[in-house]
Amino acid sequence: MTEAALPSIRETSVTDAGRLRALKRFAAGDALFRGATLTAAIAVLVLLGGVIVSLAVGSVPALKAFGFDFLTTQKWNPVTEKFGAIAPIYGTLVTSLIAMLIGVPVSIGIAIFLTELCPYWLRRPIGIAIELLAGIPSIIYGIWGLFVFAPFLQATLQPWLIEAFADVPVLNVLFAGPPYGIGVLTAGLILAIMVLPFITAVTRDVFLTVPPVLKEAAYGMGCTTWEVIRKVVLPYTRVGVVGGVMLGLGRALGETMAVTFVIGNAHRISSSILAPGTTISATIANEFNEAVGDIYTSSLIALGLILFVITFIVLAISRLMLMRLERKQGK
Amino acid sequence: MNAALYHRRRRRSRIVMVLSVAATAFGALWLVLILGTLVWNGAAGLSLAVFAENTPPPGSAGGLANAIVGSVILTIFGIVIGTPIGILAGTWMAEYGRYSPLSTVIRFVNDILLSAPSIVIGLFVYEILVVSMGHFSAWAGGAALAMLVIPVVVRTTEDMLLLVPNTLREAGAAIGAPRWKIIASVGYRAARSGILTGILLAVARITGETAPLLFTALNNQFWSLDPNQPMASLPVTIFQFALSPYADWQQLAWTGALIVTFAVLTLNIVARVLSNLGGSK
Repeated sequence: MTEAALPSIRETSVTDAGRLRALKRFAAGDALFRGATLTAAIAVLVLLGGVIVSLAVGSVPALKAFGFDFLTTQKWNPVTEKFGAIAPIYGTLVTSLIAMLIGVPVSIGIAIFLTELCPYWLRRPIGIAIELLAGIPSIIYGIWGLFVFAPFLQATLQPWLIEAFADVPVLNVLFAGPPYGIGVLTAGLILAIMVLPFITAVTRDVFLTVPPVLKEAAYGMGCTTWEVIRKVVLPYTRVGVVGGVMLGLGRALGETMAVTFVIGNAHRISSSILAPGTTISATIANEFNEAVGDIYTSSLIALGLILFVITFIVLAISRLMLMRLERKQGK
Repeated sequence: MNAALYHRRRRRSRIVMVLSVAATAFGALWLVLILGTLVWNGAAGLSLAVFAENTPPPGSAGGLANAIVGSVILTIFGIVIGTPIGILAGTWMAEYGRYSPLSTVIRFVNDILLSAPSIVIGLFVYEILVVSMGHFSAWAGGAALAMLVIPVVVRTTEDMLLLVPNTLREAGAAIGAPRWKIIASVGYRAARSGILTGILLAVARITGETAPLLFTALNNQFWSLDPNQPMASLPVTIFQFALSPYADWQQLAWTGALIVTFAVLTLNIVARVLSNLGGSK
């Protein structure tokens, strides 16, 4: 200790100089690393901004040419270069609505099963099986939908729907024939399968955040499992469940390949959901590479911008909901 | 009266429980159905030629060699470009800007990018790279895939670094290590298996992606390793072949679909096993 405390003057200056150099090197390394990580972090922001700006710039010619009519007209004619987005927007919304109508109750059912009923040893395997549905690439859903699912629906569900509701007003328009197999309903059903894992995963996770004490208190009063779920679990996790549903909706709205295979790509709005239609993403996927002329290309990019804005809003709501739940959790 | 009410409540509960079991069976059914059809239709076309020969013109025999190699190359591009950016960004959020508002904003934006429609990403890269280069290229395809890799890697890197106990960092600081050294030797090492899982999940995600490649890497009927040229990929080839009227092409599409799905699900399962190993340590 004394030796270290009383070094010779010469040694001190050498070690100090060395130490200073080392410190400087450390500081430089730190600044460099911090700068690099910060740059990358900001790059994420720039990417999102870049997507919006580039789509906005790309869609200017179309919006200039058609103005607000672009959003309200159904015409989609590459020959006369007249384009309107309402048919694909309608298709996107209707297919997603069908997907939600089926996907949400089923997902919540699976989440109830996984959190309340399922024996512990079976939870992981079933959970993984559902999550693997999310792992299957969307093109696989597409090829399966076109060659297996659509012919199956054409032979079974669709004729039945047409027949069963033939005399019911409103529904007979909604389910008007002929059964094509492909069409809006088929696309919606496939989307329902595709969003299952996303909604299920979030719902299950938020169900698990309910403090056991709350559930035990309700059980202690003699509530049935369903009553506990309805009166305790669902109210407690409502925000999170809505967040999960919105996440699924965001996925459904933007899904491309699976829909492109089975929707039929018809630029019109039909009252029957058995008829072919189109969605924003399917239109872009099908036509972008064949689009000639600035107006055509620009119209497709404008469609992309509309899709991005819609999904952005839906996903933003989803995030805000989930963040609210996390704050409640004190995370 | 009371007994009737009791029975009604019990019955209602039981009905919902049966429905939830049915929902689970319904969900699992699709996985079985889809995988079953894939194996049934895809295995029929599996042969050595699939891996050895290039995509054929309609009506003649061939394989998927150029598409498989193209997919591997594009995936490597995507990972090599996307992973460093993702890890660095996640590092900043967890290590430097943990409590800064900027971090919250980036997390928000990143979560939106995570679920953003991939076809829009394709349009963006088309506008930025393909238009300025004047032609489709594997570079553009790789860049589009990188944009899908980044959010996945950012998310897992941040989450995993947040799990590293602060006492470990403090121990590093106490022996005089500079901050970058602490992050590299303590943070990254502790979070290694988690970050690796994230990268594997990102690989799994981009391996099956079609939409962002349609107008960036395009497709290529021939053997090509030139990143400046359009490049074939399995998903885009499946898309083209499945929608064609030729039986040979459709068979190849099914076989390709089987290969892609097998690869993606294997990656998913490996990632899961890896994260389990990391978690139990």
